[in-house]
Amino acid sequence: MDLYEYQAKELFARHGITVPPGQVAATPQEARAIAAEMRAPVVIKAQVKTGGRGKAGGVRLAPGPSAAEDEARRILGMDIKGHTAHRVLVEKATGGFEEYYAAYLVDRANRTLLAMVSSEGGMDIEEVAATKPEALARIPIDATIGVDLETARLLAARAGLPEDVLDAVAATLVRLWEVLVEEDAVLVEVNPLACTSDGTVLALDGKITLDGNAAFRHDHAALADGSDDGGLEARARAKHLNYVKLAGQVGVIGNGAGLVMSTLDVVAYAGERFDGVRPANFLDIGGGASAQVMADGLEIILSDPDVRAVLVNVFGGITACDAVANGIVKALEVLGEARCPIVVRLDGNNAEAGRKILSDAAHPMVRVVTTMDGAAELVAELAAA
Amino acid sequence: MAIFLTKDSKVLIQGMTGAEGTRHTARMLAAGTDVVAGVTPGKGGQSADFGQRWVPVFGTVAEAMAETGADVSVVFVPPKFARGAVEEAIDAGIQLCVVITEGVPVHDTLRFWARAQASGRTRIIGPNCPGLISPGQSSAGIIPADITSAGRIGLVSKSGTLTYQLMYELRDIGFSTAVGIGGDPVIGTTHIDALQAFQDDPGTDAIVMIGEIGGDAEERAAAYIEQHVTKPVVAYVAGFTAPEGKTMGHAGAIVSGSAGTAQAKKEALEKVGVRVGKTPSETARLMRDTIRTR
Repeated sequence: MDLYEYQAKELFARHGITVPPGQVAATPQEARAIAAEMRAPVVIKAQVKTGGRGKAGGVRLAPGPSAAEDEARRILGMDIKGHTAHRVLVEKATGGFEEYYAAYLVDRANRTLLAMVSSEGGMDIEEVAATKPEALARIPIDATIGVDLETARLLAARAGLPEDVLDAVAATLVRLWEVLVEEDAVLVEVNPLACTSDGTVLALDGKITLDGNAAFRHDHAALADGSDDGGLEARARAKHLNYVKLAGQVGVIGNGAGLVMSTLDVVAYAGERFDGVRPANFLDIGGGASAQVMADGLEIILSDPDVRAVLVNVFGGITACDAVANGIVKALEVLGEARCPIVVRLDGNNAEAGRKILSDAAHPMVRVVTTMDGAAELVAELAAA
Repeated sequence: MAIFLTKDSKVLIQGMTGAEGTRHTARMLAAGTDVVAGVTPGKGGQSADFGQRWVPVFGTVAEAMAETGADVSVVFVPPKFARGAVEEAIDAGIQLCVVITEGVPVHDTLRFWARAQASGRTRIIGPNCPGLISPGQSSAGIIPADITSAGRIGLVSKSGTLTYQLMYELRDIGFSTAVGIGGDPVIGTTHIDALQAFQDDPGTDAIVMIGEIGGDAEERAAAYIEQHVTKPVVAYVAGFTAPEGKTMGHAGAIVSGSAGTAQAKKEALEKVGVRVGKTPSETARLMRDTIRTR
């Protein structure tokens, strides 16, 4: 789960990292009131979970309350790379500072944690890595050891930060490590990390990605925001379904993440021959595939107005196909009339018995196909018709 | 022959007395696995009835290993307890620890992985994986045994159901070992580890590799194949239609910017001479061609 900048800064502050004073506003009037309270120039920052805000005009300086209101009015509702700014962060402007960069992240390839510190802050770090590699220190961190002051100081020194800021930056790097581990984040990034002339080190921007698997040991629920997804995803989540809305016309249900991803591909290939129809969603109902889960899944998919045909693609491994077929029959009883054709492909354990159950049930909207490629072909044709 | 798991493997189950553990232990026994012990803290001294055999339950992995000579552990405990269970197995000196548990926090995986590395002894498979099977010999995990047969193809995959799909399509040829390495961002055994083991296994003639979007494991596997693998490899990659920034079921399956796309993985593999199927069934056909022309 990615956090907004203001949420990341709340977590930073909780772990003792200095951030500029600021508050979130959802309306221009709120922005004005916050600016008035600051009694100082403020920065108005669009809250979106994507980069390139500055270039898109989503970060503006406002010398006083009325300017803050104007800028907030301009930024709120702005579209930045497909993300709408529903809120702005109104923050006291920081003056006179050097900009650095600091991040920790999970290094999948090396199965370790990676620290990255750079003397070139405020820039795209990939660009720094490409054009000025000597200004970027990348050091693997053993998860069982972590980052202490000594390691942190070494990191900052290796990135070429000036001697006089090393101690202060190192202290912040240790706190940032605590954010990573104690909040179960897979990424924490501060860019820029500012050092002011009076020696203060503060996080001017922040990015945190939390590990959803660790939710059981945190109180992060308040950080989730369901406001900007299309409704179907939120409903699916409420039913504990692993659902992702896509842009096409063919609803897809399958068991197992890999098989469902593969099904989306096969549907898209078949669609090339039928008006370019494409998959409308990803939905993995997992290994068990009980009648209730199947019914919940079909219900979500059939309530998507874009869906014109549905493909149920199940491989009977642990759960045999006759059990899956019974699940589909019961699911259709629960749902009543299906509003569009449903193509079912069953393969694996007891596939014959499963197909027979479905053909005996003779549901008018259900068509049974034996192969995945054949099923994709038929469902694409039906969706295009 | 086979990799990582043979008919001589002595398997213990951590979390055997839970619902999932009990269900899959029965399946493993039916598949011919030599399940010698269960481990559940606080339940040492009991025995569990699995029809054809009583399996003794121990309170710790160390006791179970000392009493039974177990060298493989399969972990079914809930995510909250996974790290503790795996670290216990590592500290007891287990050779292979197969972590079936889904939903393990990545910081926990990083820690037990580092500990396993430091032990110089324990291989981890998973977490969030279906385990592995050497058909006709042994099964450690939840891969169904009755959809395929013993043979000379090796299979390594991030995805469980795609593993089953390919095992089923190629059931007449059969498999030496099929390894489900799991869909998490950080995993104990990678494509490369399995490729290396299959290359060295005299019982394996050809290899099926199944990948998916996210990370660069397939690209690194391609580089490894070019340098070290002389046996034919056929591959499949899932997720060509996945949009950027959406996690597709597996925690690790996400396209970030230009990184992790299925197209990039396919190109990297084809560049080193690996034939890549467009669909699972085409992948099976490519494997048949490969075996026929050998």
